[in-house]
Amino acid sequence: MECSFGITGKDYVLLASDMSAGRSILQFKSDENKIKELGPHLAMAYGGEPGDTNNFADYIERNMRLYHIRHHHALLPHAASSWIRRSLADSIRSRRPYSVNLLLAGFDTTDDTPHLYWIDYLGTKAVVPYAAHGMGMHVSLSTMDKYWHPNQDRRDGVDVLKKAIAEAQHRLSIKFTFNAIIIDKDGIHTVDLAAEDPIGKIEAEKAAKAEAEAAAAAAAAAPPAAAPEASAPVAAAA
Amino acid sequence: MARRYDSRTTIFSPEGRLFQVEYAMEAISHAGTVLAVLSKEGIAIAAEKKVTGKLLDLSLTTVGGEGSEAWMAGGGEKIFLLNNNILTGLAGITSDANSLVNFARNSAQRHLYSYDEDIPVEMLVQRLCDMKQGYTQYGGLRPFGVSLIYVGWDPLHGFQLYQSDPSGNYSGWKATCIGANHSSAASLLKQDYKDDITLEEAKSLCLKTMSKTMDSTKLSSEKLEFATMTLHADTKQPLAKIYRPAELDELLQQLELGGTKEETVGVGEGTGGGGSGGNIAVST
Repeated sequence: MECSFGITGKDYVLLASDMSAGRSILQFKSDENKIKELGPHLAMAYGGEPGDTNNFADYIERNMRLYHIRHHHALLPHAASSWIRRSLADSIRSRRPYSVNLLLAGFDTTDDTPHLYWIDYLGTKAVVPYAAHGMGMHVSLSTMDKYWHPNQDRRDGVDVLKKAIAEAQHRLSIKFTFNAIIIDKDGIHTVDLAAEDPIGKIEAEKAAKAEAEAAAAAAAAAPPAAAPEASAPVAAAA
Repeated sequence: MARRYDSRTTIFSPEGRLFQVEYAMEAISHAGTVLAVLSKEGIAIAAEKKVTGKLLDLSLTTVGGEGSEAWMAGGGEKIFLLNNNILTGLAGITSDANSLVNFARNSAQRHLYSYDEDIPVEMLVQRLCDMKQGYTQYGGLRPFGVSLIYVGWDPLHGFQLYQSDPSGNYSGWKATCIGANHSSAASLLKQDYKDDITLEEAKSLCLKTMSKTMDSTKLSSEKLEFATMTLHADTKQPLAKIYRPAELDELLQQLELGGTKEETVGVGEGTGGGGSGGNIAVST
């Protein structure tokens, strides 16, 4: 009983996942984050057999981090997708396979393109413009097919996502709560689906952060005579 | 004094030196020159062939091509394609070099298998250098008597030019040279290199420096190998080109550096490289 969506746009990719955790007809938890950040511009929404999911997600996360440390740059989304697919393909041929499905979303900073991969526990990989796993696959793909168009901007993307979620809420007897992220050239940002204008909120946060950084830089560059005690730690922090 | 420490590669002499590694580097400074020049549009690499001669049978070898054809360029003895995006030029003991080329190609294919992408240039350089370094530390073996120049492209850092030596050190360059006369070639490159050089200028600088460095006054495809790494005009994917003899001669004629057969026949025979080696450690 799970549901996740991925949607690409002109210069971003959106990822959303339900937050339920439970067994059979029981829901134990409704605030489980099932989206994992794998790098500065890479994240995945995962689902499947409980336990397997966390274990596999940690394994992927650590290996992505290891590659980043060893080679001083993160794997590009395409290379990461191949490695993750291979992990699942090897796993299904082992004694104790992981049963984990995932949507991998990334932003390639070398050519500024969004990437979305649909990967399942059998080791199937598909490069897709929009995708769903779980119950959403049955009810919301048609919605996304109808409203998605290439080169759509962020707000259009969030609209399509909201429509897909609404369709799932409308057609399924289970009620989900969703969390979402957006990945663009600046990295990963949480999307507050409850907000009036989630994209506006992210942009305001970005602007505030840039302002704070500029202020910190200005403080570091300020003449040390003004505040001799304070200047050293500020410079070190900058 | 030195002789007591000569036979072991992994033992420091009292002066703190590893003689076998130094001797390996010495062997390379007698080898044919390899020279490469980086530009924003691509990289040019030229190499001096030492093993030439009338009796050498090259009839079954293909000696150049572009893109996937460059893989078939098995007739070359100095310039090899290691992966779609990486070319190498070698100076040193040919048999050692062949084994390194084999290792490098294997590493590149393993990366392709795991990640479905061309191996980043520096990663391959590092793989080879890790191996070369290993032979200066673990006992019983001699180091590889090979220096390499790597020219390549990857999406992370664009065009890149590296050089590595038998100790396992490597470094990145705008223009560099290994083999015979490498220091004089390097100072020529230092004089003439400019940061905003075009590919055509890089090719010309590469071959002009080569002509000043080599013994023979006129260059020709008999004594030279030449290759470029560029981006394909449409696909923007890396494109390696190992020049065929006719193409190289045409380029040399354009640059007025030779390229005509008649004038250089004597030169090729005169040095008689083909017969001069005679033992296993033919430096090329």
